[in-house]
Formats: sequence, C-alpha cells, structure tokens
Amino acid sequence: MHAIREALAAFRRAPLLTALSTAMVALALYVVGLFAVASYNLHEALERVEERVEVVVYVRDDARDSEIQLLEEELRSMEEVADTRYYSKEDALQRARVDLPEFEELFTDLEVNPLPASVEVELGAGFRTPESVARVADRASIYPFVEATRYGQEWVDRLFLLRRIGGITTAILGSAFAVVAALIIGTAVRIAIFARREEIHVMRLVGATHGFIRRPFLLEGALTGILGGGLAVALTYASYLGVSRLIFRLEWIPLEWVVAGIAAGGLFGLLASAFALRRYLREV
Amino acid sequence: MIKLNHVTKEYARRGKALDDVSFQVKKGEFAFLTGHSGSGKSTTLRLIHMADFPTGGEVLVCGFSSNVTTPRDVWKLRRRVGFVFQEFRLLPGRTALQNVTFALEVTGTPRKELASQGRRLLAQVGLAVKSGMQAHELSGGEQQRVAIARALANEPLVLLADEPTGNLDERAARGIMELFRDLNARGMAVLMATHDLDLVRAYPDVRVLELNEGRLVFDSAAPEVADEPAPARDA
Ligand SMILES: Nc1ncnc2c1ncn2[C@@H]1O[C@H](COP(=O)(O)OP(=O)(O)OP(=O)(O)O)[C@@H](O)[C@H]1O
Ligand SMILES: [Mg+2]
Repeated sequence: MHAIREALAAFRRAPLLTALSTAMVALALYVVGLFAVASYNLHEALERVEERVEVVVYVRDDARDSEIQLLEEELRSMEEVADTRYYSKEDALQRARVDLPEFEELFTDLEVNPLPASVEVELGAGFRTPESVARVADRASIYPFVEATRYGQEWVDRLFLLRRIGGITTAILGSAFAVVAALIIGTAVRIAIFARREEIHVMRLVGATHGFIRRPFLLEGALTGILGGGLAVALTYASYLGVSRLIFRLEWIPLEWVVAGIAAGGLFGLLASAFALRRYLREV
Repeated sequence: MIKLNHVTKEYARRGKALDDVSFQVKKGEFAFLTGHSGSGKSTTLRLIHMADFPTGGEVLVCGFSSNVTTPRDVWKLRRRVGFVFQEFRLLPGRTALQNVTFALEVTGTPRKELASQGRRLLAQVGLAVKSGMQAHELSGGEQQRVAIARALANEPLVLLADEPTGNLDERAARGIMELFRDLNARGMAVLMATHDLDLVRAYPDVRVLELNEGRLVFDSAAPEVADEPAPARDA
C-alpha cells in the first residue's frame, strides 16, 4: 500500500522527470515495436512464398502415361511430398497462353507444341527446405524419361538466408533498444533516489526495512516500463496504420506479442531499477 | 547492551581511526564519549549503529553482532537504537509533527495512530505546542528536540548522540542534556559524544570515556584499567 502510494507520489512530485523518462522509454520501445512489425511481416511474407516452393519435373514427349503414373506414385510415397499434379503438353500450352498474353499469337500459330509435359510436386509443410527439395529432385531424375527437374535451388537458399538475416537483425537491434530503454529507466530511478536521499537516509536511520525503502522505486521503474511500453504500442500501431494505408499493406502483430512486449517493458523497468538501487542506495 | 571487543577500524587512505578499543555500556547507563577532533568519537558511534563495520574485533549491540549483521537486516538493530546528530537532519518542508510521524510511518505504525503517537512523542520532548511549525522555522534547540522525538519513535533501548549540543548555545545545550537525563532516568541507555568539556564537568556523576587518536585512554568507571596498554589482540 505504502509502496503504491509512494510510487504514485513520485509521478506527482516530479511530473516532468517521469513524463520525460516515460517518453524516452516509449521511443526506445517504439523502435523495438517497429522491428517487431517488420520482422513479423517479413516472416509472414516468407511463409507465403515458401508455400509455393515446389519441384517441377519435365518429362520427355515419348514418355508413356503408365510410366508417368509410376513416377507420381513413387514421389507421393516420399514423406517430403504432399501432392503431385500432371500437366500434359496441351495444359502447358494453355497455361503459357494465359500467363503470357503478349505471345498469344505466337502460341496460336505454332504447328508443333514445343512445351514439355510436366509433373508438379508440392512439398509438405516443414519440407520446404533446400535439402528436401534436392532429395525430391534427385529421386525424380533417376527415371530415364525425365528430361529435367527445376526447383530454383538458388532461390530456395536465398529465402532461407533472408529469413535468418531478418531474425538476427531483429534480435540484435531489438535488444539494443531494449537495453537503451532499461538504461533510461535506471537513470530515472537514480535521479529519483538522489532527489529523495534525505528521506532515504532518515528511513534507514529509524529502521525502515530494506524492502520498504526499495519497493516504491521498483514499482516506479516497473510503471515507467509498462507506461512506456503501452505508449510504444500506440506509436507503433499509428505507424502501422500509416504505412498500411499509404505505402503497402502490412499485417498487425499478434496480440500475444503486444502483451508480451508490455510485460517485458514492466519487467525490464523492474530489473533496471533493482540494479540502480543495488548500486546507489548504498551510497546515500 | 553495548559491547566493543578489541575494535579496530581502518580506512583505506587514513589508516586506523580506531585501534583496539574495548568498553561496555550497560542497560540504563549514561556515558560521555570525549576526545579531540579526529579521535574517533563519530566512528565509534557509527560502528555501534552499524552504519559501518569494524575491520577488526567485534561490536555487540542489543544482541546484534557486527560479525553477522548485514546492511540488509541492520534495520532490526535500528529499531532498538536511536541516533541524533549535531546537525539535526530533519526533513525540510515538513512540520515538526510530520518529521516525527514520518519515522513512525516508515517503521509500520498504523496510519490512524500516526498523529496521536507523534503528538505524544513531541510532548515527551516538551514541544507539544510547536508541532505544526515547519522544521526550519524552529530554533536549533527545538529542532534537536524534534530529532530526539523522532529517535524515540521506536522506543529504543539506547540513544546514541553525536555532538547533539554542538550547534546550540549553552542554555539550549543544557536543555537537551536535561532531556537526556530525563530519558535516562526512565531506563534508556545514552551514549553521547561531545568535546564540550564544560558540559562534561557539569555532570560529574556521568561516566566519561575518552578517546585519543583512536585509542581508549580513559574510562571513569574503570580508570585504573583503561589507562594501561590494551591486552594482546587475540587473547
Ligand atoms: N569515511 C571516512 N573515510 C576516511 N577516513 C575517515 C572517515 N571517517 C572518519 N575518518 C577518519 O577517522 C578519524 C576519526 O574520525 P571521527 O569522525 O571518528 O572523529 P571525531 O572524534 O568524531 O572528530 P570530531 O570531533 O571532529 O567530530 C579521523 O582521522 C577521520 O579523518
Ligand atoms: Mg565527530
């Protein structure tokens, strides 16, 4: 009770200081929020692209239907493979006409169909990795009637690299700014301790407990973190709306991320002030 | 109540502030701690209050040993031992009463008892009528009384006073002394550091402990013992 009263009193006593430190914490956490949105969207985008990772097996014109069926069956029996679909030469031509309308005339005028028939292999979730893709392609190319397999090896590799870079960047910059927020809270608590050093001295003199003296400062740090976190969420949401409307569509981060972020802000504030107290309470 | 066993306090740069000091203050006793400036009076009181810890020997106060008490649980000792300073150290911007109730509040007195207990303590030091005045508006002697009332908040068994009359004129100093005598008569032990020898001489029945350059050189309760060189450290 006393701790809560005192922590709130601290906000009243030094409104400028607390407003300033809350704003600074909010800005630092705002950067973390922006990274969270960026990383979440990158993750989602990559996931969607990944769903389209597939292996295309081109078969020679002289392959018999029964042979192709055998190939499809074998591929389907692999754990990496979710489904296969056969596209005949005619299907290929049809798709080319739709996909490339500029060449409509060219395709219509052809006397022989130059496009090969193909089997498109869809991979199961969790198997859209460079290794699985290569394994499926290898299996298919054993068949003598298979002319070629294509799966954009480079492209799959890059996708994975991009994902890893995105994750690492977010982790490093996110934690850097989280540390900045913690430092700000620690400094604010230090200033608050200094401003109240006479009271603290008397409290120790007359035998207030360690916890009794520390609790209001811990609470103040936690409140600053939570308030700063909440403000950062608001700022991030505003930016998200702005970008979504004016530049390109983004997805908002999941609610659990928001809650976890604010809770982390509170926890960081608590730890930062505990650290400041450890160092500076001894000296006043 | 208070017992120092071969206490040594060494500061990193200054060397020994206290050197093998041993004495005891019993329950309900009154003693002056005298000596020149820099002889170690404040250091002794700080060690007894466990605001600092000895580098050698042991300080025992109300059952607390300096060897096992940590800064984290020193508050238990503080509720048995009051402390007043030469410069009062009242909180500015608060009334006399608020200075006293602050001490009551931070040591867990229920809120609705604060005002009445605070008034009772101020009455005890003869300041009942000035309870609503700002601390800085009071005279030095009155401020020291507020500080004493604050020190009494926990009903301590011992009162430590570091030059409590140092900033006061003779009349006010005598007033504070009489207050201490009064509290002592009611069973509280008092250990008071002072270099005001006139004041010491005015109370010939009070025990005198004298420090010189960190050593105990005279004890009126045992003059023949303290004058001799201290026994070997690890006896
Ligand atoms: N925190 C400290 N760091 C280093 N030296 C100290 C410290 N506190 C006290 N001293 C030294 O210890 C010695 C004893 O100091 P102390 O304050 O106990 O003397 P005193 O008897 O109270 O003097 P005074 O009558 O002037 O108050 C002095 O030489 C002082 O310089
Ligand atoms: Mg002194």
